[in-house]
Amino acid sequence: MSEHDKESGGAADDTPAASYRTIDAVTAVVIFAIGAVVAWDSYRIGAKWGSDGPEAGYFPFYIGLILCISSIVNFINALREKSFAEGGESFVSKSSLRMVFSVMIPTIIYVAAIGGVGPVPGVGIYVASVIFIAVFMLWLGKYGWGKTLGVSIGVPVFFFLMFEIWFKVPLPKGPLEAMLGLD
Amino acid sequence: MEEISSLMHGFAVALTPMNIGLMMIGILLGVLIGVLPGLGGANGVAILLPLTFAMGSTPAGQVSAIILLSCIYWGALFGGAITSILFNIPGEPWSVATTFDGYPMSQKGKAGEALTAAFTSSFVGAFIAVLMITFLAPMVARFALRFGPPEFFSVYLLTFCSFVGMTKSPPFKTLAAMMLGFALAAVGLDTVTGQLRLTFGFTELLKGFDFLIAVIGLFGIGEILLTIEEGLNFKGTEGKMRMKVVLETWKELPKYWKTSLRSSAIGCWMGITPGGATPASFMGYGVAKKLSPNGANFGKGEIEGVVAPETAAHAAGTAALLPMLTLGIPGSPTAAVLLGGLLIWGLQPGPLLFEEKKDFVWGLIASMYLGNVVGLIVVLTTVPLFAAILRVPFSIIAPVILVICAIGAFTVHQSMFDVWLMIIFGIIGYVFKKLDYPMAPMVLAIVLGDRAEDAFRQSMLASQGSLAVFFSNGLVGSITALALLMLFWAPLSATIARLRR
Repeated sequence: MSEHDKESGGAADDTPAASYRTIDAVTAVVIFAIGAVVAWDSYRIGAKWGSDGPEAGYFPFYIGLILCISSIVNFINALREKSFAEGGESFVSKSSLRMVFSVMIPTIIYVAAIGGVGPVPGVGIYVASVIFIAVFMLWLGKYGWGKTLGVSIGVPVFFFLMFEIWFKVPLPKGPLEAMLGLD
Repeated sequence: MEEISSLMHGFAVALTPMNIGLMMIGILLGVLIGVLPGLGGANGVAILLPLTFAMGSTPAGQVSAIILLSCIYWGALFGGAITSILFNIPGEPWSVATTFDGYPMSQKGKAGEALTAAFTSSFVGAFIAVLMITFLAPMVARFALRFGPPEFFSVYLLTFCSFVGMTKSPPFKTLAAMMLGFALAAVGLDTVTGQLRLTFGFTELLKGFDFLIAVIGLFGIGEILLTIEEGLNFKGTEGKMRMKVVLETWKELPKYWKTSLRSSAIGCWMGITPGGATPASFMGYGVAKKLSPNGANFGKGEIEGVVAPETAAHAAGTAALLPMLTLGIPGSPTAAVLLGGLLIWGLQPGPLLFEEKKDFVWGLIASMYLGNVVGLIVVLTTVPLFAAILRVPFSIIAPVILVICAIGAFTVHQSMFDVWLMIIFGIIGYVFKKLDYPMAPMVLAIVLGDRAEDAFRQSMLASQGSLAVFFSNGLVGSITALALLMLFWAPLSATIARLRR
């Protein structure tokens, strides 16, 4: 978030972060690229008729091709939409985008914390969930510490009982569980 | 009547105290899933599927497992109506049409009537669809026993072409989403040639993408992001249910038998063809509005406007299981997840299932009758509880749902890589939903991609690479022709309309 965004934060900010047209066109380009990669890789491993029938890339090659063709049409249709200056639709407003990021970024950190990233070990799903729920309640919900701790510890404990003990499905655990001998 | 005796046998299989208990749990979990934003039928069943892995190792356990999962689905179908009527927030896409008249009714203080009408109509729609399944499914299965690879491929083609022709999304967006699903399905080890496809040297991709992860990401995370963006705060009416109101509403409902029958027919049709519950509910509402004498009052709190979409949605949701069981082709994303469950438990859906696993098939069909009766009773008695859950603020519900999604994604293969994939699918789901790329065909393509490709390859082998095999006899030829008709439905109907003018 830039400095400007912080200043205008709080009050609903309906200025668009991106136009529908731009995102629509960009998505079509991305899907075209995926289609091209699929077709190219299928061609590489053989998309023709081999000695014993269709080769491995036969079916996916055409899938890639249809992906490319349909995204060209989608791209052209996207360009036909009204741009901003002509009163086109907004894809997402700045305040909405900020809300989405305020959930997305903690979620990504949460997933990283469960299993760790590269050489950094994770703390396991239970500890990560306690922190994750607590952060949401304190930061977005503005709850007091008492309620926050109750819910944020209670919910993962319930899941622990349900998965590890009742259904015997092991979930990722970290150093705390090892220390408590729950591993 | 062979079906009746099979069905009676099915009741004997399904009616154990354990299975009835599982029905209650399933319905309650399902209603909870249906009520909470971000959790729906498809991803709710997907998240709970790993819990049944151990259950599905015995034949009796397989019946119990499918009863649990299918009841979650019925519960979700019931539950969507609660939020629509009390809070004007559709808990599920198929209950959007229920808000049109359901919410105005609750604003007038008639929430009890609206809820009773919604639940009872759901029950009626499901009941008619189950009746249809009971008598039609064995016939379809017997017919499909004659199918060879070309016939199966043409049915797959019909399924996917119907999506292009029937969904409201732009046809080329539907096509792109579907092909993306097929491309994802192709990733990994090719079982026929043993070659690696589209893995680009990543060992994590060897076993390919699991559609359960895609479902949890696309429908779960994606939905949460959308809900957050709308800045959700629940402001709703009280959900009280009095027995007197229920009985009075029941007295009034038979008046709308025509609407119910019409909506059931629409629902059954849309469920078998992969239209699904959501378009069925809109169609049911639209047709009732046109044909009912009270049509002009629709949208102002007309009870018939609740009956029509609910009956159609529930009929479609139930009917979607018919092609799943008889042909192995699911009619909706949730049916696709159930199909995934069958495969994991070692059952092969398709015509042979009716021959080889009679206990399972008829146990499931019998459980549909029982499950919906149990469901109706459960929802009528627990509405206040679920209305109270909805008052839990979003800043608590959102992280808990995200935690549940992460657990669900992890447990599919005990892999953190899948949790990361879920996040990526979540972002894709958010963008796709906003850009009107439909997600149902994408999910179905991921599920059916390998089977469709196998059928295609076997047909091609038999014909030495000639596409004429798909027109080689009357049966396969007419299915293929129907598929092509569906594919070009939009431009064709536009041309016809222009010629008429």
